[in-house]
Amino acid sequence: MRYLPNSELERGQMLAALGYDSLEQLYAHLPKEVLLARALDLPPGKSEYEIIDYFRALGDRNAAGYACFLGAGCYSHYRPVMCDVVVSRGEFLTSYTPYQAEMAQGTLTTIFEFQTMICQLTGMQVANASMYDGSTAVPEAAMMAMRITSRSKILVSRTLHPEYRTVLGTYLRHLGAPVIEFGYDAETGQADWGDLESKLDDRTAAVIVQSPNFLGSIEDWRKAAALAHSKGALLIYVFTEAVSLGLLEPPRDADIVAGELQSFAHPPSFGGPYAGVIAAREKYIRQIPGRLVGETKDTNGNRAFCLTLATREQHIRREKATSNICTNQALIALMATVFLSVYGKQGLRELAQQNLSKAHYLAGGLPLRFQGPFFNEFVVKAGARTPDEINHELLGHKIIGGLPLGRFYPELRDCLLLCATEMSKRAQMDLVKKAIA
Amino acid sequence: MPGKTRQHITRNEALLFELSSPGKRGYQLPDLDVPAVDAASALGPGNTRQEIEDFPEVSEVEVIRHFTRLSTWNYGIDLGLFPLGSCTMKYNPRVNEQVARTEGLLWAHPYQPEALAQGALEVIARLEAALAEITGMDAVTLEPAAGAQGELTGVLLIRALLESRGNPRKKIIIPDSAHGTNPATAAMAGYSVENVKSNGHGMIDVDALAALVNQETAALMVTNPNTLGIFEQDVVRITGLMHSRGALVYMDGANMNALVGIARPGDAGIDAMHLNLHKTFSTPHGGGGPGSGAVAVKKHLDPFLPYPRLKCVQDHWTFDYDRPRSIGKVRAFCGNFGVLVRALAYILAHGGPGLRQATLDAVLNANYVRKGLEPYYELEYPSPSMHECVFSDSRQAKRGVRTMDIAKRLIDYGFHPYTVAFPLIVHGALMIEPTETESKQELDLFIQAMAGIAKEIEQNPEFVLKAPHCTRTSRVDEVAAARKPVVRWTRQPAAGKAD
Amino acid sequence: MYPENYRYTKEHEWVSVEGDVGTMGITFHAQKELGDIVYVDLPKAGATLEQGKPLGSVESVKAVSDIYAPVSGVVVEVNESLARSPEKLNEDPHGAAWLVKIRLSDSSQVNQLMPAAEYQSYIGE
Repeated sequence: MRYLPNSELERGQMLAALGYDSLEQLYAHLPKEVLLARALDLPPGKSEYEIIDYFRALGDRNAAGYACFLGAGCYSHYRPVMCDVVVSRGEFLTSYTPYQAEMAQGTLTTIFEFQTMICQLTGMQVANASMYDGSTAVPEAAMMAMRITSRSKILVSRTLHPEYRTVLGTYLRHLGAPVIEFGYDAETGQADWGDLESKLDDRTAAVIVQSPNFLGSIEDWRKAAALAHSKGALLIYVFTEAVSLGLLEPPRDADIVAGELQSFAHPPSFGGPYAGVIAAREKYIRQIPGRLVGETKDTNGNRAFCLTLATREQHIRREKATSNICTNQALIALMATVFLSVYGKQGLRELAQQNLSKAHYLAGGLPLRFQGPFFNEFVVKAGARTPDEINHELLGHKIIGGLPLGRFYPELRDCLLLCATEMSKRAQMDLVKKAIA
Repeated sequence: MPGKTRQHITRNEALLFELSSPGKRGYQLPDLDVPAVDAASALGPGNTRQEIEDFPEVSEVEVIRHFTRLSTWNYGIDLGLFPLGSCTMKYNPRVNEQVARTEGLLWAHPYQPEALAQGALEVIARLEAALAEITGMDAVTLEPAAGAQGELTGVLLIRALLESRGNPRKKIIIPDSAHGTNPATAAMAGYSVENVKSNGHGMIDVDALAALVNQETAALMVTNPNTLGIFEQDVVRITGLMHSRGALVYMDGANMNALVGIARPGDAGIDAMHLNLHKTFSTPHGGGGPGSGAVAVKKHLDPFLPYPRLKCVQDHWTFDYDRPRSIGKVRAFCGNFGVLVRALAYILAHGGPGLRQATLDAVLNANYVRKGLEPYYELEYPSPSMHECVFSDSRQAKRGVRTMDIAKRLIDYGFHPYTVAFPLIVHGALMIEPTETESKQELDLFIQAMAGIAKEIEQNPEFVLKAPHCTRTSRVDEVAAARKPVVRWTRQPAAGKAD
Repeated sequence: MYPENYRYTKEHEWVSVEGDVGTMGITFHAQKELGDIVYVDLPKAGATLEQGKPLGSVESVKAVSDIYAPVSGVVVEVNESLARSPEKLNEDPHGAAWLVKIRLSDSSQVNQLMPAAEYQSYIGE
């Protein structure tokens, strides 16, 4: 096995040092009934070339070479080469959670930069070092709101990503926290504030609103915040399309922001790994889950960084911890940090502007289902044909069309959710328009 | 002085925000091939932001230099031994990084048609099958994003099964040697936690356990080998005891690197367990993630697994969403897919015999280190070690030097420290896991380094207490960081202009 | 070191009673064992406390310790300065770094606590 550095000679020397003459003696103390009496039923080891060949063949059985107009929580954005170059450095790739600050200043410094940029983008004052993904950041944010308010009822918009809503339900089911949905306006595709207001009460811990929402519409977070705050509840603002932050006014009235950063440099990768994040107002810093990096000094007076406020975490507080989360998604967060430094202040805005322009070009002349403002995603009515028939035709042009919405919203079974990004080409968009119109 | 790497040539590197200068750019977008849209009118009043205040503006050259310089302040497996106990820091094969970037896999959208996702689904199916064979379990879900989420999934599965039998019960028993995630997870699943003590051999005290288990007990969470690196000899008796009282046994598979190809948890009666693919199956830790926490279960827990489940219909893989008894989803989409690709590549490269050899080498390396360090450090539990060994700092503490100080001095010798002060049941623990991907030469250097530090402590403890001496950053003031947390950069008012 | 007019608990809190109000804090010994204290979590004024039950916690960088109510009663005042300056707990635990003032519901509880000499022998000093 080529990854094992010891030769038979060295194994023999080490065994001799231990007074053994076979490797089997190393586990001779294990009870017989637990030992595996046969070899594992797995094929023999493969060479590097065979492995590359195998995965290339698998890739070819996927949609290699197709243009894609799917969004729905996972966006196809160009990844600058620099992102891959930096995360491929062994010092980042093969390092561990930076507990030993003196030999992890690289990771710690980049996380501090990450936290800062997330704050700048979201209008919040504190951001953690990242979460598993957006879908798990949402229940963590909800539990955070429950701790802060000492309340348990959660009101969630039906236009929060349907899979996120399912994950929220899984997490909160056994914590005595009712999760109640409020609807959307059939005309605008935005939250139905009247429905929210009728369900808000002084037991409500948080109101969860996504913007742009799953149907693409941009929500009025000022209204959401005002309603939530009127009953002493918190507003949790969720985003799945991080590029929108380059152009949209950040949710300054929100209390907690939970989002998905996949758009910042990570290709779709069939659903993961991505990186989520939670940001919040300064006063909630001790209730935020996950890793936090703080600035300090070393004994020589140099600026240095370290993990901080660890007493919130499971390895110290055990069953009283803010969460059981141990890891962040440091490498993906690093990729996002590099992405944001490559694009920078002007670039992120220009990137967002291109997404907006492409999506509005694609939407032009199509039968839009909702009238609300949108960023780079929107819902169209399929018209005479079914969404599946349209998508089938597009596959013939090597184009993956939009998401048929019937799976998540039965009332929208005749609709497609379409997404355009800076990678969408005009000629392909024209084919999509033709297929739908 | 033994050890091979001395790093930190870079001394000063500013933050991105300080490097920033107006008008610099490191990007170029293609010319827009459609008409530009006016943001303010498209997005509606009040929805368009002004410029992002203090956001960096740097050139491409500055970007690569910044991150490359910062990288030199890090330590990774690529530089040398990384003996963090319980973390299984083994070599991360580079071919795995390459195959995870295969275009058809990396750019696969989770909602693309199944007919155009057969390659991705095959990765999932094949990895599930391999992990089931390795663990001796009946079914595997790859949806959980990390070990801790795997634990939560496993405990939710146990809860769902017990509920279906009429009573979810109230408490979960956890050994005092367990990782902190175990109790935190139990609490998130709505259970209270009861601790069971270890006996003098560093194993679960079965009589103490028997006295605790009753009608209120949902499950035992056990780590095997445990955090002392010791195999729970009574595991079969323990699973039998729990089952006889209607409770289940969850295994934290963090230490599976000691067992692959040698023993299977499923054969010992374990009902559910998670695997840390980023430990045992070598996917890179990346400074703290991404990981992946596959969960393996016996048949009776299968109906409750997170959906969707893969099934094969006429030679095609398809997702089955019709799982009415499922606990739901624990994460959107299908888990950390890119991590799954890497783990499968690792398994394919080793094959069955290679995986077994890796386990044997991991156990050999740990025992070799243990033998080499025994003259210098106190071994609290003499029971045989599996893939890691745990010493205490009791001899060194007499000179005022604690495990953290030894760890900091080890940095000067060019090694990453071991796990410090864990498990809690060993006072002042030094928890050492070398893994199988270290050569005898590297281990000898490590043993020499640790022996050298032990001698330094006898002669000049003050010097060790001030370590590290060779890094760009000396010991950091964690107290100041926690008392007045500064967790983001903000522009300081220019001198003289402050109000 | 340990004021003669204070009473002490086995969990290393002190209480000093004037009239029906007791001022409480943690002992010098407790702060020494905890090391550098970085954060204190205290109840709000008006909270009801029960003798022997946790009223809050103190944190060092790597540990959290519960603080137990030395007597039952209602919190009448909280030492807000500790939120900004937790280091005071290391510097002056028996004085400026008092934690809360409690209106006693049963003043006889104080007599169950240890006098200074007994506490000092309890901690082996």
